Amino acid sequence: MTVTVDPALAADARRERRFFLSLSLPALFIVGLAAILPILWIIRQSFLTTGGEYTVGNYAKVLSSGLTWSALVTTLELSLGTLAICILLGTPLALALASVRPRVANVLMAFVMLPLWTAILVRTYGWLVLLRRDGLINAALTGSGLTAEPLPLVYNFTGTLIGMVHYMLPLFLLPVYAAMRDIDQNLIRAAASMGATLGQVMRTVIMPLSAGGIFSGSIIVLIYSIGFFITPAVLGGGKVNPLSTRIERALSTFQDWGSASVLGILLLVLMALIGVMLLAARRLLAHNTVDASHA
Amino acid sequence: MLEAYPHNRLARIVLWGFAALVMAFLMLPTLVVVPLSFSASNLLEFPPHAYSLRWYENFFGSATWMAALRTSLILGTLTALIAVPFALLACISMNRLGGKTAASIQSVLLTPSITPGILLAIGLFFVLAAQRLVGTLFGVLVGHVVLAVPVACIVLLPALARFDWNQVQAARSLGANWARAIGGIIVPQLRISLLSATLMAFLTSLDESVISIFVASGRNSTMPKLMFVSLRDQIDPTIAAISTLWTAIVVLVVLIVALRQKS
Repeated sequence: MTVTVDPALAADARRERRFFLSLSLPALFIVGLAAILPILWIIRQSFLTTGGEYTVGNYAKVLSSGLTWSALVTTLELSLGTLAICILLGTPLALALASVRPRVANVLMAFVMLPLWTAILVRTYGWLVLLRRDGLINAALTGSGLTAEPLPLVYNFTGTLIGMVHYMLPLFLLPVYAAMRDIDQNLIRAAASMGATLGQVMRTVIMPLSAGGIFSGSIIVLIYSIGFFITPAVLGGGKVNPLSTRIERALSTFQDWGSASVLGILLLVLMALIGVMLLAARRLLAHNTVDASHA
Repeated sequence: MLEAYPHNRLARIVLWGFAALVMAFLMLPTLVVVPLSFSASNLLEFPPHAYSLRWYENFFGSATWMAALRTSLILGTLTALIAVPFALLACISMNRLGGKTAASIQSVLLTPSITPGILLAIGLFFVLAAQRLVGTLFGVLVGHVVLAVPVACIVLLPALARFDWNQVQAARSLGANWARAIGGIIVPQLRISLLSATLMAFLTSLDESVISIFVASGRNSTMPKLMFVSLRDQIDPTIAAISTLWTAIVVLVVLIVALRQKS
């Protein structure tokens, strides 16, 4: 059967499509102007000397510096450490929240989301107050006799990690909680009625069905952690230097635009590498789930 | 979820004990600043020995903080006023085009929200420096709008998906032009989602710190920039007062949005 389309109608449809396309232009323009152009500019700046001439000297300088490599290691340590702690703390919390009635869970979720609604600098300040040498936590520790001396909890790696986990945990929790809520309760009842222990149900029903949520949560945590700036800058006290704070120092302290740009490009490359690895991991995960459903 | 296991009391107690600790961890830093902000002493003692409003007076009496507050409120308002209409138009476009075109538009619009803030900040700094616009309100504003557009889109896209497009076609066939169809039919029906999107865009701008730290300066410094600078220098209870006010306002806004969405 052939369908003949009135050419006038087809022209109308094309015109309407063009009109709808044009509605996206203002938003696309602002993204081009304030996000894509700046990233391209970083690439351009990385090949310029202070005088504005083309050079690869910036790359030679940054890549040969030991500080760069230690910044890269710190970035990975912070991101992977944050991710590991988020999985350890967030998964049981999501399980607890998913195991109560939705109404109760919604109220509890509001408390969990409180940090998400607290300005990042407010939270950072809160952690400074809590973790300082004469702060609340050290006062409690020494006061109760648990430790003789105050512990160094802030202006170091520990403090930075605490601040970052606190920022990322609600973001991690949301997809994991959603995945656990979606689990068909009959599956658990069926497993229980056939004699599966709680541990077996966790291992063979709940965890595999939550894997997608845990994976999405992990992606979010990694994406945000890699370039995180405020927490290392304040809670690290100058001693914890991932790529982000190195970039700031190169730009603000040394006015070295070239090095700042090269470090920025390293950060981009790192993001791209992680993106590729995550895509590959997701494909593998999807593949395995299909296999499991066939088995 | 675990009701099939009523006899595993111990597992349940352990799970909930752990969950309670994690929730305490999440809420602690927000709550701890509240009593401190009412302290009479300039030491950060906890609990405070005497109470006063001196840190609030300090904040409202400081010309620097007031200028920053003004800048932040202006920026937040302008950001919402620009980002939400842009996002609405883009969402209508994605909703109507569908398929691969809509998916590509969406991925471009979401780029800023997955790009590290530090990269947007230095890139924008370079671009603005070339135009001699560093330190202007305009520079920070474009940075905030680009971050607020994806946030507004996330709120508006599902709302538009629920919207019955036949109404617009009916209006169009009766002679309404596009502006009238959008302004007279889509906007009133999406008003609650538009309000949420506006408040979220405003909060995005208010909380944005990294772009502000690099691009804003002098008279155009924002609250987060000033807080960042003073946190690096010393810990002053004035920041506890600001933090308390800030959190109270945000919680209020979120409650309003949540309650309106429910009704």
